[in-house]
Amino acid sequence: MSRIASIFNRPGHIALIPYITVGYPTIEATLKVVPLLASSGCDIVELGIPFSDPLADGATIQKASFQALQNGVTPKLCLEIARQLTETVDIPLVFMTYFNPVFHYGLEEFGDACASSGVSGLIIPDLPPEEGSELEAITRKQNLDLIYLLAPTSTEERIRLVAQKSRGFIYLVSVTGVTGVRKSLPSDLEAFVARVRKVATQPLCVGFGISTPEQARRVAQIADGVIVGSRLIQLMEMENGFISLARFVRGLRNSIDKLLESERAHLG
Amino acid sequence: MPALDELAAAYTEAKADAAFQAELDSLSRDYSGRPTPLYLAEGLSRHCGGAQVFLKREDLAHTGAHKINNALGQGLLARRMGKRRIIAETGAGQHGVAAAAVCAVLGLECIIYMGEEDIRRQSLNVFRMKLMGAEVRAVSGGSRTLKDAINEAIRDWVTNPGDSYYLLGSVVGPHPYPTMVRDFQSVIGRETREQILTKCHRLPDYIIACVGGGSNAMGIFYPFLSDKDVRLIGVEAGGRGLESGEHAASLVAGRVGVLHGAKSYVLQDSQGQIKETYSISAGLDYPGVGPEHSYLKDTGRASYVAASDKEALDGFQLLCRTEGIIPALEPAHAISYAAKIAGSLNKEQIIVVNLSGRGDKDMDTVVAALEVKP
Repeated sequence: MSRIASIFNRPGHIALIPYITVGYPTIEATLKVVPLLASSGCDIVELGIPFSDPLADGATIQKASFQALQNGVTPKLCLEIARQLTETVDIPLVFMTYFNPVFHYGLEEFGDACASSGVSGLIIPDLPPEEGSELEAITRKQNLDLIYLLAPTSTEERIRLVAQKSRGFIYLVSVTGVTGVRKSLPSDLEAFVARVRKVATQPLCVGFGISTPEQARRVAQIADGVIVGSRLIQLMEMENGFISLARFVRGLRNSIDKLLESERAHLG
Repeated sequence: MPALDELAAAYTEAKADAAFQAELDSLSRDYSGRPTPLYLAEGLSRHCGGAQVFLKREDLAHTGAHKINNALGQGLLARRMGKRRIIAETGAGQHGVAAAAVCAVLGLECIIYMGEEDIRRQSLNVFRMKLMGAEVRAVSGGSRTLKDAINEAIRDWVTNPGDSYYLLGSVVGPHPYPTMVRDFQSVIGRETREQILTKCHRLPDYIIACVGGGSNAMGIFYPFLSDKDVRLIGVEAGGRGLESGEHAASLVAGRVGVLHGAKSYVLQDSQGQIKETYSISAGLDYPGVGPEHSYLKDTGRASYVAASDKEALDGFQLLCRTEGIIPALEPAHAISYAAKIAGSLNKEQIIVVNLSGRGDKDMDTVVAALEVKP
């Protein structure tokens, strides 16, 4: 079983998965914040390798990516940061990036480098499963989980394909759109998760647009993991960002766990 | 992705539908003014002192450029699919103007994404779009040019896939766009073939067109692909010179990469980040290029060169003086290269240049550029 899969093996535990852009606001910040996230109740951390044209991202992560690139962040540096982090942090790290930087690095070389940095998986939103076979073979060989995404607009055929191919978990995009804080989640989220659940055996994690404990709790009722990104980036921009960030993440954790307690109480 | 599948299926169906083609043909004729003339530029040919240079006058098409061919085709397709909200991106503004015109005539809502930098240098076109009822949204991300406008248009489309149609303006992006845009632009090459056969009873020796995303070039090249004796040359924006790094010559100086859902030649840095491009002409200022051009380059069927800003300005002035035609800065790159090779050819040889647009929109840029010249 992969390191990521084992996270979901604890009965009744809902995974909390934060996203941060490597090198935003600074490289030092990334090195400090990941251990903080790990000790604040997170189960997996998504490390964003910044790309010049982040098509799936809204304004917050676009800005963070741009700033990180200005700070001199490269895929190589991200690999080095991941290597340093995996020495001290006990939870799995996954990279989220776009296809071109990986393609440019060389798929084989990038797979090797991820494995030797101790990274556990890859999320590449602009790599559709129809085009992924080469990277799938490489990541499989390196025991990396290649995690595919599904959107509410995905057809049954696409859901079946991703259910065949995604490893570690399936990333469900909550909304038709890009990443970013939203006031509310779509009303048909439950139906979407159920539609995928019928076909897929992998854990299902929901991301995009989740920014409050209430939203996290709603997602935790139906999914196996909650992914939060843009809100964390915004918090890191504030004064005393780390304190606010840790408090916010613990709040999410509590909100998700309380749900479990109340469910247990209800069942009892 | 489901939106792309829906689009591909709808396009395949429309392509085979005689009624769709008939409506497109009728609007192309009566609204756009097709066929556009193929004009023997005697003054330019005389000046070059060699080959006969013909100009395919896309500058005379409605809205002033070839972009209307694709906008009409896709506008009709959108209406057929029941999509009332049209999203488009624009660089020089020519595609934006064409999209705005088509939306006005077909009664569709039109939202156009345009980089802040392009809004500044193409303000006349911004005004034209607004006059025809389009909403122009400024894009402030990245290099604030065409690539960023495409990013923003794609983000809008993935957010509103149900009611919206993305009217992409070049032979770039994910399938089916490169194929579909090529098909709608191929009318340029089909007409050229017929016209040159009527006038000269033979095919041209060279066809020269400028390449940004590559739609006008693809449109004129495509019907000649199997005519092996017709040399196809695409001219990219050399900007301040290839060695300066400030250019937009993806095919000449780029490497294979993946941008906007297509694998093609891309201008990128040593880390696979997409580079900011530079050209005096907003319409060529794009770090990628249509994947079919990459294929034509790799197979050797077409060749690609670059012309610098200065060469384009020289070509621009040359056409103004020898023909009384003010070209857009984009095809001025092609004019400049044609003038360069025409002199070394003999009088029996024929060059066709795709004059993809007219230059009114570029007056401010040209005035500024010529004033700073020593």
